[in-house]
Amino acid sequence: MTEPGTAGQSSSERSTAEQGVPEPIISIRALRKLFRIGQVNVEALRGVDLDVPQGEFLSVVGPSGSGKSTLFHIVGALTPPTSGTVHIAGKDLSSLSDSERTKLRQTTVGFVFQKFNLLPTLTAHDNIAMARALAGSSVNRTPEDEAEFAKILELLGISHRLHHKPNALSGGEQQRVALARALVNKPAILLADEPTGNLDSKNSDAVLHLLRDVNRRLGQTILMITHNPEAAAFADRTVMMRDGRIES
Amino acid sequence: MITKLMMENVRHRPMPTLLSIFLIGVPVTLILILVGLSDGLINDSKKRANGVGADIIVRPPNSNIMSFTGSTIPEQLVPKLAAYPHVAFATGTMNQSAGGLFETITGIDYAAFKKMSGGFDFIEGHEFTGPGDLIVDSYYADQKRWHAGMTVRLINRDWNLVGVVQPGKLSHVFVEIGVLQELYGAPHMLSQIYLKVDDERNIKPVIAHLNETLNGYPVFSIKEFVALTSVSNVPALNTFISVIIGIAVLIAFAVVCLSMYMAVLQRTREIGILKAIGASKGFVLQTILAEAFVMGLGGTLLGILLSFGSRWVLQKFVPSSLPQAIVVGWWARAGLIALGAALLGALYPGLSAARQDPIKSLSYD
Repeated sequence: MTEPGTAGQSSSERSTAEQGVPEPIISIRALRKLFRIGQVNVEALRGVDLDVPQGEFLSVVGPSGSGKSTLFHIVGALTPPTSGTVHIAGKDLSSLSDSERTKLRQTTVGFVFQKFNLLPTLTAHDNIAMARALAGSSVNRTPEDEAEFAKILELLGISHRLHHKPNALSGGEQQRVALARALVNKPAILLADEPTGNLDSKNSDAVLHLLRDVNRRLGQTILMITHNPEAAAFADRTVMMRDGRIES
Repeated sequence: MITKLMMENVRHRPMPTLLSIFLIGVPVTLILILVGLSDGLINDSKKRANGVGADIIVRPPNSNIMSFTGSTIPEQLVPKLAAYPHVAFATGTMNQSAGGLFETITGIDYAAFKKMSGGFDFIEGHEFTGPGDLIVDSYYADQKRWHAGMTVRLINRDWNLVGVVQPGKLSHVFVEIGVLQELYGAPHMLSQIYLKVDDERNIKPVIAHLNETLNGYPVFSIKEFVALTSVSNVPALNTFISVIIGIAVLIAFAVVCLSMYMAVLQRTREIGILKAIGASKGFVLQTILAEAFVMGLGGTLLGILLSFGSRWVLQKFVPSSLPQAIVVGWWARAGLIALGAALLGALYPGLSAARQDPIKSLSYD
């Protein structure tokens, strides 16, 4: 498999890294996000600065309402920021149109959600194939990539469960399928939002180990949102969010 | 993948899909039955006109090709026309409504009609032997479950059903013309006159002569008459078909719109998932439209099948009154109407699905 994070990068961006000036794969500056709920403005993010180097496994912890999920949604290109800049693999999200953000989600970001979020009508195999089909020719795949992905499936332990629909899979299996789906397009970053929130301790442990394996073996950059300190401990680094800001 | 996702979605909610297909199929069936009946009636009429054996038909003044006319041609005109150069033979007939839908009773001069048409092929019974005798063709006999020898009631009087004949000659129901003229208070009046010419090449000159000398009487060759006997020449039929098509479009539109709107609501979270993993607005819209396309296609196929079913029922119970044809040429048209309406109906739900905010959709339970 080619180096994760290269799928959405331009040659000029890669050459900058090759010249020995490593750019963080995620670079956030003065990020603010304002929501209007009814007549009230709610400031979910109040100036977030964050750099995540390529290949890092970062966990973001914090209480409910601290802005973790909003950060997740902005970094995942699901919603634009109100102000500030967010660079993902060299692309400035704040200047992207809706269709460009869609393209970014196809090629540069992989999601793992708390509720697994597999398409219930499709088999595990087709859920993965769907993500692949949506990216289409935007992602170059070599025979080595295919072999590497087969190894990932083996690593995830779901090769024998691929032709089952989500309702026939356990929570742990569903999350592993979701992980495979997130990795199939060689994303620059893997975003995991409370990936163990709906799992028992055994499956939680298994999924966290898998995330760490993927990070170590493939050099996959991972940003994991969690409120669980034990889960956060699997990461290389942990940052704390409170009241829309990063505290540490 | 769109096809796969769409097919799995259809399989996932079979009842709403089948119901939508059924509800689209019904108006498609209505269109095909209506067109089939129009075509069937016209073809039946053409076949019977050809079966007379005449070359020229003279219609009453102020009538058009397809109108059901009164009996306003004086009988005295028959011998006059028979005396025209190259006219070998002439006979007049009278049409009256037999009461039922598209049912007519035709008065004929039996001997003259026999000479013109070559006579009936009797399946049961025999020719007229008295003024109260009635002959019907096998379609009509089957529809009424009549047999030769029965006393039957028609236009408020009893008749001796003396013969059942092969269909395809002039009418389905025949009586002696004098009896019919008397019954309707139109003695010595006719609805049309049929002429046989001595040589086919003389048809045009005879028609030209008739047009010169008969003031106001429409004159057609039988070939022309048959060619002009078409749906477009039946007063108001095209308008009626257009109205039915309009209703069909509205029903298919409403059914698909409602069904897909419900589907989009049910699939809010799935749409959010799709958008999160990179589905574009176009992709989401296409999955909704593809499902509507399947519904429209299914409705069309069902409509075609049901039109065969209706033909079977009509042939079994009213073969004479309502001969329904299967008009293959209209399958594509009915299909396009159903598909167009279905796609139009899916457009609003599809666009609202495409515009959904992935974050809101993902939090939908």
